[in-house]
Amino acid sequence: MVAITETRAAKPPRRMHPLLLRIMHWINAISMILMVMSGWKIYNDEVIFGFLHFPDELTLGVWAQHALQWHFFVMWILVLNGLCYLAYGIFTGRFRRMLLPIRIREIIHEMVAALTFRLKHTDLTHYNAVQKLLYVGVILLIILQVITGIAIWKPVQFSGLVSLMGGFQAARLLHFIGMAAIVLFFLVHVSLALLVPKTILAMLTGGPRIAPPSRHTDENVGTNP
Amino acid sequence: MSIRPPARSLFRPKVAPDQSVLAENKELIESIERRGFLKGTLSLGALTFLSGCNISDRDAVQSFLRTISAFNDRIQSLLFDPNKLAPTYSVSQVVKPPRFNAYYDIERVMPIDPRGWQLGLAGLIQDKRPWSLEQIYGFPEQEEIIKHICVEGWEYIGQWSGPNLKQFLTKIGADLSAKYVVFHCNDNYTECIDMPSALHPQTILATKYAGEPITDPYGFPLRLRTAVKIGFKNAKWIRAIEVTNTHVETFWEKQGFNWFSGI
Repeated sequence: MVAITETRAAKPPRRMHPLLLRIMHWINAISMILMVMSGWKIYNDEVIFGFLHFPDELTLGVWAQHALQWHFFVMWILVLNGLCYLAYGIFTGRFRRMLLPIRIREIIHEMVAALTFRLKHTDLTHYNAVQKLLYVGVILLIILQVITGIAIWKPVQFSGLVSLMGGFQAARLLHFIGMAAIVLFFLVHVSLALLVPKTILAMLTGGPRIAPPSRHTDENVGTNP
Repeated sequence: MSIRPPARSLFRPKVAPDQSVLAENKELIESIERRGFLKGTLSLGALTFLSGCNISDRDAVQSFLRTISAFNDRIQSLLFDPNKLAPTYSVSQVVKPPRFNAYYDIERVMPIDPRGWQLGLAGLIQDKRPWSLEQIYGFPEQEEIIKHICVEGWEYIGQWSGPNLKQFLTKIGADLSAKYVVFHCNDNYTECIDMPSALHPQTILATKYAGEPITDPYGFPLRLRTAVKIGFKNAKWIRAIEVTNTHVETFWEKQGFNWFSGI
């Protein structure tokens, strides 16, 4: 990435993670955690897998009804915040700039590099292919999770959606699998962030400033004036 | 200026008890005081326990979450399509017997004696004469093979029949523009549904399961069966139906479950 040599504009170039994006990231993180914790309590009332009960210490709500109250409150925050995030990502060009394109060859190459601890992480502002895949993946997962959630919430009003999923119990199972995948992402995401702590700092304070837009790339979408 | 002595109380005994009673009952008096003191400290202790998490759980947080739940009631009634029919199933898929669920175990079900049983009618209804079981059996029957979906997440397919609730409400001259239909049940269970759900074509007063009278644990002689509500809204052992514009707090709503609970 080109270093900042001259800045004629009064405003410094914007940060890698603008404030609005950081706020949405942390609202999403907190609401996702609350959704999972309350969801585990709801699950415990009628388990899908006989061997799996979530420990009470990790669940939210005294009884199932309180967990349901939490789940159906936080869903609004998750969905509204998520819609703002998607609109922001699409209209500022952030998704296109940061998350695309994802090339399979790069994924394989960087996966091997990561597993052999040779993956370089010098430039925070540029996501590698594995990161792009994970971030796009979790965005799609949360969208699917909302859709399976709607199917379970309103199986008669959205009976078409439920039959598309293979019935009510199948929709429940998909909602569970979606949760498991999001939790898996969470574990990988948090461990990788802890391995490179400056990424956490970037999501808190904004991170490095992005180089002024170049005419040859499409990085200027919605960045500097 | 003269100071008037306080008026002598009417209730004051003419002869005051001898001071010796204090000495004779010294032990008792002291123990009463001690007990009072202990009680005071205990409730103070209990209060500090409460402040840990339960006060927030019960009061501030709980009232906030219930406000959101009431907001969700409104959203759900907007999402409710009165013409949308729930999927129906074939006779071969019917589960026999149905699955039991109540706020107590099946052993504690109190069967209703059909002799002398009557369905009471109250509220915004023109003809409030009670209905006998024979009259209800004589009402045109509607059968539906629908899913029962429990708030816990389980479900089963059941075959229910009995009077269509809309037809029944029309017959008794109920005010169909009223807001709620309330079901008072024999086990002190109260259920309350919104009028649009009550008038849904798949909402019936079930008297039969799989062609036979419903057995005791599942609501004999009369229960609600609606395809557009979560399982617990389907009141069993109905003894009276009330049509009203006043929201009646239901059994599970008091426990914190969502009132509308439409599916």
